[in-house]
Amino acid sequence: MPEQLLFAMEVTLNGLMAGVLYALVALGFVLIFKASGIFNFAQGMLVVFAAMTLVGVQTGQIPFAHLINTIFGTKIHHFGWTVPTILAIIVAGAAMVLVAWIIEKYILQHLIGQPDIILFMATIGMWYFMHGFAPLMWGSEVMKLDVGLAQGINETIDTTTYNWFGYGFFIDNLDIVAAIVAALLVAALVLFSQYTKQGRALRAVADDHSAALSVGISLRFIWVLVWSIAGFVALVAGIMWGSKSGVQISLAEVALKALPVLMLGGFTSIPGAIIGGLIIGVGEQLFEFAIGPLVGGATQAWFAYVLALVFLIFRPQGLFGEKIIERV
Amino acid sequence: MTTDMNADSYVTADGRTIGPVVMDLKNITLRFGGVVAIKDISFNIREGEIRAIIGPNGAGKSSMLNVISGFYKPQEGEVWFRGSKRPQMRPYQVAQQGLARTFQNIALFDGMTVLDNIMTGRLNKMNANLLQQAIWKGKAEKEELENREACEKVIDFLEIQHIRKTPVGRLPYGLKKRVELARALAAEPSLLLLDEPMAGMNVEEKEDMSRFILDMNDEFGTTIALIEHDMGVVMDLSDRVVVMDYGKKIGDGTPDEVRNNQDVIDAYLGVSHD
Repeated sequence: MPEQLLFAMEVTLNGLMAGVLYALVALGFVLIFKASGIFNFAQGMLVVFAAMTLVGVQTGQIPFAHLINTIFGTKIHHFGWTVPTILAIIVAGAAMVLVAWIIEKYILQHLIGQPDIILFMATIGMWYFMHGFAPLMWGSEVMKLDVGLAQGINETIDTTTYNWFGYGFFIDNLDIVAAIVAALLVAALVLFSQYTKQGRALRAVADDHSAALSVGISLRFIWVLVWSIAGFVALVAGIMWGSKSGVQISLAEVALKALPVLMLGGFTSIPGAIIGGLIIGVGEQLFEFAIGPLVGGATQAWFAYVLALVFLIFRPQGLFGEKIIERV
Repeated sequence: MTTDMNADSYVTADGRTIGPVVMDLKNITLRFGGVVAIKDISFNIREGEIRAIIGPNGAGKSSMLNVISGFYKPQEGEVWFRGSKRPQMRPYQVAQQGLARTFQNIALFDGMTVLDNIMTGRLNKMNANLLQQAIWKGKAEKEELENREACEKVIDFLEIQHIRKTPVGRLPYGLKKRVELARALAAEPSLLLLDEPMAGMNVEEKEDMSRFILDMNDEFGTTIALIEHDMGVVMDLSDRVVVMDYGKKIGDGTPDEVRNNQDVIDAYLGVSHD
């Protein structure tokens, strides 16, 4: 097999894996947008906050240590214990539920019936609040996140492909884990929304608020639920991204990559978020591989956005979005 | 024999038993800013009866229904449900108390199938917790099956078997109205509110809908309060009629009494100013 083709295959595979990580972030956006029509600008911050809380709890950091030290002149920083990974994940998950509850109670509750743009502005506010609050709570150094996920080159794939093609593919174990986790997560979400009472209620609220009220569904409960799920998805995304590149506030910018993913996949479709993520992942890797050398490289920085622009012109609802019907 | 309609319960000419008062509205006043939508209206709904609210456009009929179902909060007056005063409630809490309703402009879950839509009507009958549902054994499974069965009964009753698996968004208007009715009926409500169930229907569809309403009341003993424009339909269907005009009650009684009420005739046909 020609070497160029093998390279392209490897690049495609790696692109798919990177796409899964984009999709994980995009999923959080879709969940909230579907259920409440809110475009949650702060989703990226939720990812960072979830990851920071996980590391903080795991390593036994004292929350707000800097603040406490400054006010009281103490020199505390750690409790002096470490928490088992599973327990830390549960605590971080609980923290995300708490965040969801606070957001509903103190922000959304007061903005019911306001235009979408107001709610959108409120989520931008949340972004900035958390941008300051998260480092205040857990410090601003780059944190190392290690939950024991396999990392580095997958030897089996390397050897197998070497034996077949005479060229070993480099696939990161972490990417494989991410793909499996994402698949499980999506399966769980689909089962939940299709086959449970709360899932049915959630779909009902996403469809029509008045009708949902008339059959006895509490909107507040559903909103807390959906923000909690989005927080949980953010935690999963945070674990994956954090394991890959460390946890720091700038990680929130991965959320910007989720935007073109959403424009491609459609803001209201869970499969759309996944397919959109994969297309962007593969697209930008292949583009960099094929066209990059001709234009001086670094095409990954802009390729996804240009692709999204093209989509906006020709298919503004995205691949899987609801059809836009204009009544005259 | 004359029937005493003020007795605790009585039997109608066609043999249905009308029980005590389920819903009692006392001196309801509803304002939107300076506009008075409902002005000091009192009436009641009795168990097992079909109660109609009629009146010209803008009379405040839908507002009245929204007060009963908790979507609007009246500034004055009391709502009594099954003999006790109802505190301030959100619409979903009212629904959980056993009130079901349909909407004038159809509020269905367009993305879901007919069956799923009707199943949402039974959400309040399901108590299995999330863990039980996740394992999908015992209580959760039993509950789902029971509720499914109840829904199938309603589907049979309203003759919509052929569209069970169709997403609601694809259905024509008349069928959507019927699915909305099915969802409300699936909740086995102690009071069913219908906001213009026959609006925009052709004669045949109206006849079907009238038949369903009568059968529902007859077979399940469902208490029904409905708003309707079509006078002919209302007079044939209902046991008692409330007439509203400009937010005020101008008549209340049997169809015959209402038909002969001078205020009602004036409101509907207009009155000459000379």
